[in-house]
Amino acid sequence: MAPGRPSPGPGKVTECATEMNRLLALLLVATSLLLGCSGGENDEKVRRIVYWEKWTGFEGEAADLVVNAFNKREREKAKANPGYVPIEVQRVTVSRIDQKLLVATAGGNPPDVAGIFTYMVAAYAEKGALVDLGPYAEKAGIKRSDYIPHYYDLSVYRDKLWALPTTPASTALHWNKRLFREAGLDPEVPPKTIEELDAFAEKMTKWEVTLPNGKTEIRSGYLKDVPAAQKRLIQVGFLPREPDWWSYAWGYYFGGKLLSDDGKALINSPENLRAYEWVASYSKNLGVEAIQRFRSGFGNFSSPQNPFLSGKVAMVLQGVWMWNFIQMYSPGMQWGAAPFPVPADRPDLYGIASAEADALAIPKDSKHPDEAFEFIKYVQSQEGMEMICMAQKKFSALAKTSDEFWSKHPNQYIKMFAALPTKPHTFAPPKSGVWNEYVREIGAAVDAIQNLSKTPKEALDEAAARGQIALDRNKAISARRGE
Amino acid sequence: MTAAERIETRPEPEQPASGPKVAKGSGELGAPAGEPGPKRGMTPREWVNQRNGLLFCLPWLIGMSVFLIYPLLSALYYSLCDYSVLLPPVFIGLDNYVELFRDALFWKSLWNTTYYAIGAVSLGVITSLTLAILLNSKVKGLALYRTIFFLPSLMPVVAGSILWMWMYNGESGIINTALGAIGIKGPSWLADPAWSKIAIIIMAVWGAGNSMVIFLAGLQDVPTSIYEAAIIDGANWWQRLFNVTIPMISPVIYFNVIMGIIGGFQVFAQALIMTDSTGAPERSTLFYVLQLYNVGFQDLRMGYASAMAWVLFAVILALTFVATKASKRWVTYDR
Repeated sequence: MAPGRPSPGPGKVTECATEMNRLLALLLVATSLLLGCSGGENDEKVRRIVYWEKWTGFEGEAADLVVNAFNKREREKAKANPGYVPIEVQRVTVSRIDQKLLVATAGGNPPDVAGIFTYMVAAYAEKGALVDLGPYAEKAGIKRSDYIPHYYDLSVYRDKLWALPTTPASTALHWNKRLFREAGLDPEVPPKTIEELDAFAEKMTKWEVTLPNGKTEIRSGYLKDVPAAQKRLIQVGFLPREPDWWSYAWGYYFGGKLLSDDGKALINSPENLRAYEWVASYSKNLGVEAIQRFRSGFGNFSSPQNPFLSGKVAMVLQGVWMWNFIQMYSPGMQWGAAPFPVPADRPDLYGIASAEADALAIPKDSKHPDEAFEFIKYVQSQEGMEMICMAQKKFSALAKTSDEFWSKHPNQYIKMFAALPTKPHTFAPPKSGVWNEYVREIGAAVDAIQNLSKTPKEALDEAAARGQIALDRNKAISARRGE
Repeated sequence: MTAAERIETRPEPEQPASGPKVAKGSGELGAPAGEPGPKRGMTPREWVNQRNGLLFCLPWLIGMSVFLIYPLLSALYYSLCDYSVLLPPVFIGLDNYVELFRDALFWKSLWNTTYYAIGAVSLGVITSLTLAILLNSKVKGLALYRTIFFLPSLMPVVAGSILWMWMYNGESGIINTALGAIGIKGPSWLADPAWSKIAIIIMAVWGAGNSMVIFLAGLQDVPTSIYEAAIIDGANWWQRLFNVTIPMISPVIYFNVIMGIIGGFQVFAQALIMTDSTGAPERSTLFYVLQLYNVGFQDLRMGYASAMAWVLFAVILALTFVATKASKRWVTYDR
């Protein structure tokens, strides 16, 4: 997974353990496409639409749940009105949807509806790959006020609505209570400031030290007086790049932004600089090589060897989906979740969180856009939305949530996660047609900062300059096309 | 071409001496539509042959045009456009090429690729040649050894990359464990920018079985009489190696070097799988084709990516040309 890849969901989709799954999925896609082409489409009296979804595993099953409910409802509708031809949604799992959807759309054979990430909206809309959902939403009576506004706005670009959310997500600090206790910290009190986070992290850092007599012992702290050759990192309190999904975003927690509203790259702003000085401080305290070695012992995200689940990292920034993985791989774990800390001199920022969503969009040249929107509309109903969000153990993107949903929800922190996106500082990747390229530049800068091969200033200046080139180029292209 | 030529030229001796002899060269590809048309002194037999020849080539001609010439030329056109696949291309002249030469990542990826190609080709040729020479001797279980050394090249690149990722693991990989056993603290291969390219080169050398087999074939082609003469003249093993073996198989070395350069500049899948598409760590494995893939398929700047592809074509063409020129000095085809 690309560093800083703005995926709202876990990066497990692209990790290598799931390589096989992906190949299988690909085979399935190929087979189903072949079957789809070989006729039979009109044998039954249904209006079949194809739905591409990126998720596998429990997230994929959640999508199946709404698909089946919708199909069932359609069949019942047809039974009640003999003239009505029911819609049948056929879900197909497609990996790397960010690339394949565009290629399929360009080839003139896109699915009728696709499950995308909200960060894709700007680039896709700019390239004319999506259908404007505005008129459909208006006809169906879907309004911004029906939603937690942040999640509706994620799919709005250049004043048009391009997608509607399926499952929303927000992120928070997750901490391992056992490791807190072992380090003599109160397991019920998470850090509220970056300074506290750093102090806690130092206390929960553990090394295996080789003594002159050849024996080893476990010691905690940064142990700066012990030479690197004699110590091996076995546990850390916190690593700014674990997971590596929001490495581009640390500036936000220090009051920074990545892109100004008028298209200026702010990667090297003072707030961002401060944030990445902080990132570099972990490399200085722990040692670049020690971190590299330690990280290479981490397992895949979706495995019991996940460094947080296996107790190698005590505190991580993770999304609301983490509950599922804790239940799956470390069900006995004692953990807590709270808003991520902010600098002590910026208490106003407390509660800031990255919040993105999965969304449904209709690709340009979809053969059944009306039927596709019928399905989207169903997912936007309270019934459909709560069904898919409960199956993924997330909260609903709608403004109204049923009491039953809250009382049934197994994650004790769900209301905290649901409240985060309503706060003023909530952020998501800036909407830009060149976000992919932009975030790659930041990722390369963070790489160099973490390895201490460049100072944060050098690295961020370079990324800002290159990011600006991309922004300007994109602006020039839009101007040339007369947009 | 050869099929057509054969069909056409075989019956020639039977032909009457009348008529101009132009038909002789008409086996050249593309030429048939030209001068020696059926009216100008071509016998019906010749004409039928020519038609049949063309028909036999047709599947290949169509394949070549549809899958090679057309994409090649459209890439050339798109390289002069701003093209994002879905919207119609907008002609922008040489802008893509101008931006390319100003793009630090273009130079960085070119450097990374050159580093890789030099390392992989030189180490690969030395290793596969050494193995081939060793496996050309008469030892017991030769077939088994040959199979063992050839096997890695049969491994699909994805599977091989994943395997090597485990072996390169800085903490628990087999390589660092083995190095640790002899007292060396191995680097975090794929996480350390100083070692990541070298790691991918080593993996490429591991798959040198293919060129080894080609070397073996070359070695077995060297007449034993030359070795016997050398032995009678008192040449030792090393002298025979440098004065008989290597000159005699120099065309094979040349072939392997050229193929190595072409393959080396197209290195892609290993880096995509083992590091990731950004060429982490610190873009040390951002190879040329990887950058092309990023630009083309992630950023959808197909025009720019097409320009990159044409520049790569020019680079490989130039290197092949240089290698061919240089080969005149040391490649010998005399037997």
